[in-house]
Amino acid sequence: MGMNQNRRMACAGLVLAPLLAIAGPVLAAGGTDQEREERWQDLRQSIFGERPVEDGVGLITLEAPARALDAALVPLTIRIAPEQRDRVAAVHLVIDDNPSPYAARASFGPAGDPAVLRLRVRIDGYTNVHAVAETKDGRLFGTAAFVKASGGCSAPIGVSDEVAMQGMGEMKLRPGGPDTHGEATLLIRHPNFSGMQMNQLTRTYTPARYLDLVRISQGDQTVLELAGDISLASDPAIGFAYRPGEADAFTVLATDSDGGSWQESFPIPANTQ
Amino acid sequence: MLQRGTARRTFLQAGLCLCGCLAAGRAAGSAGLVEVAPGVLVRRGPDEEASAANGNGIANIGCIIGNDAVLVTDPGGSLADGQWLREEIRRRTQRPIRHVVVSHVHPDHCFGTGAFLDDAPEILGHHRLSAALAARGDYYQRQLVELLGDGAAGPVVLPTRAVGEDETVLDLGGRRIRLAAYATAHSDCDLVMLDEASGLLFPADLLFVGRVPSLDGSLSGWQAALGRLRATGAVRAVPGHGPTTVELGQAIGPLERYLAMLQDETRAALAAGRTMEEAIATVAMAERDHWALFDDYHGRNVTQAYKELEWE
Repeated sequence: MGMNQNRRMACAGLVLAPLLAIAGPVLAAGGTDQEREERWQDLRQSIFGERPVEDGVGLITLEAPARALDAALVPLTIRIAPEQRDRVAAVHLVIDDNPSPYAARASFGPAGDPAVLRLRVRIDGYTNVHAVAETKDGRLFGTAAFVKASGGCSAPIGVSDEVAMQGMGEMKLRPGGPDTHGEATLLIRHPNFSGMQMNQLTRTYTPARYLDLVRISQGDQTVLELAGDISLASDPAIGFAYRPGEADAFTVLATDSDGGSWQESFPIPANTQ
Repeated sequence: MLQRGTARRTFLQAGLCLCGCLAAGRAAGSAGLVEVAPGVLVRRGPDEEASAANGNGIANIGCIIGNDAVLVTDPGGSLADGQWLREEIRRRTQRPIRHVVVSHVHPDHCFGTGAFLDDAPEILGHHRLSAALAARGDYYQRQLVELLGDGAAGPVVLPTRAVGEDETVLDLGGRRIRLAAYATAHSDCDLVMLDEASGLLFPADLLFVGRVPSLDGSLSGWQAALGRLRATGAVRAVPGHGPTTVELGQAIGPLERYLAMLQDETRAALAAGRTMEEAIATVAMAERDHWALFDDYHGRNVTQAYKELEWE
């Protein structure tokens, strides 16, 4: 199942992309609730078509700061209720008023556990952030949080492009804490250029270059496949949960929009087995 | 790409200030230049966030006057702040302004440079300042324009002379100034200046006194830089934020303590598998009562520290 499923997931990613070319007007800080709801309905339709997004209460939660300390690095945590985990195939993250709203889609494989997903994102203005769980039978359940931030997408990365590119593709796996079970965080060095960072000297924008796919596997079983976009913060970090498997190592494949490709493997942390 | 066609729109608004990215200036008017040593004039920046009211004049800025020339450092946080400084200098001396020293890339220190262009000074900065201004100048400028309006923000001015690994020595006429480029610490382009005549050290934002430090370079690098400041042997210093002059060793103490606690507790949080959010809520909170603007910057410092240390 592993290979086939992986291929299907990758294909799904390609098919999804053109659907999301939404360039609606971004709302100002003072947008009304009604405007925000209309914005979301436009996005929902672009991303999910006619499928309704049902109230995700009891199934999915999103933890986000009410006001970002750093708009270029806003930590988010998406949780799926334990008793609902087996239903969930994927989680979608939408930052409504970002220039490229569809920030990430995480698809869980047989070795994956949707219980928790942690991402760090850029947020460009005052916006709703939506997390939507997709069940294996194709139903959608959503939740939202309102975040106040500004300028996260165009914020400079480090001090220069050169420095930001140093070590690109390096990875590290951090085990979860002792009070967590089967959780880890994958760190990947990558500037994730948004295409909105301008160089004052040349008056040009650094071209967008971002991680578009990160696949974490245990043996031939997929844990998680993350399709990413320019809204992921530089040096992306992915906190994820996994199910104990036969394999003793995670393998990670990361690719970016420029054709970059990096592979790494890590022993599965002992304390979380 | 999950979604194509990213519009390259201009995004205004500030939100985060690195070191008071936007705070400052017209408070200039109220504070005034103080002669802290013969020929050394300093304006104390208020411990405030950038605002339209203060014109981003929140950093300590001033000048050193030699027999032949005047050196400005820092030039101020906005064109308006720089213009105020220039007027104040001209009320005291007509000697030519030959040097403008920009201590680092943060807007509250560099956006006043535009006020001195008619003097045609050489503009000195760390050898990495040009690259840093290239990467960030536009972003900072848009934030400033949003806050202060078009005319008051000022241009991004690149240095005309880079201070490299070797010390640079200037002569203002009977007054020698030594400049040293530091390794990445508060920022990646921190310049430190010593006025031989007064013995005053100008560590700029490598030294915060009273105002919570803002970390935008390297936590371990900053700790090392404090050691290097001590090793200069200077007794008194003009901090980037805080009183106009301080006793160097005494002033370093609280900053060193803050950075050490930030480092130790962030490391402990990482070792315990704590998330970034948990770290932000818990790390170094014992420092909260010791610093102005703690709540505005500390969480961001923890974020920076966490990002740096999680790769250890």
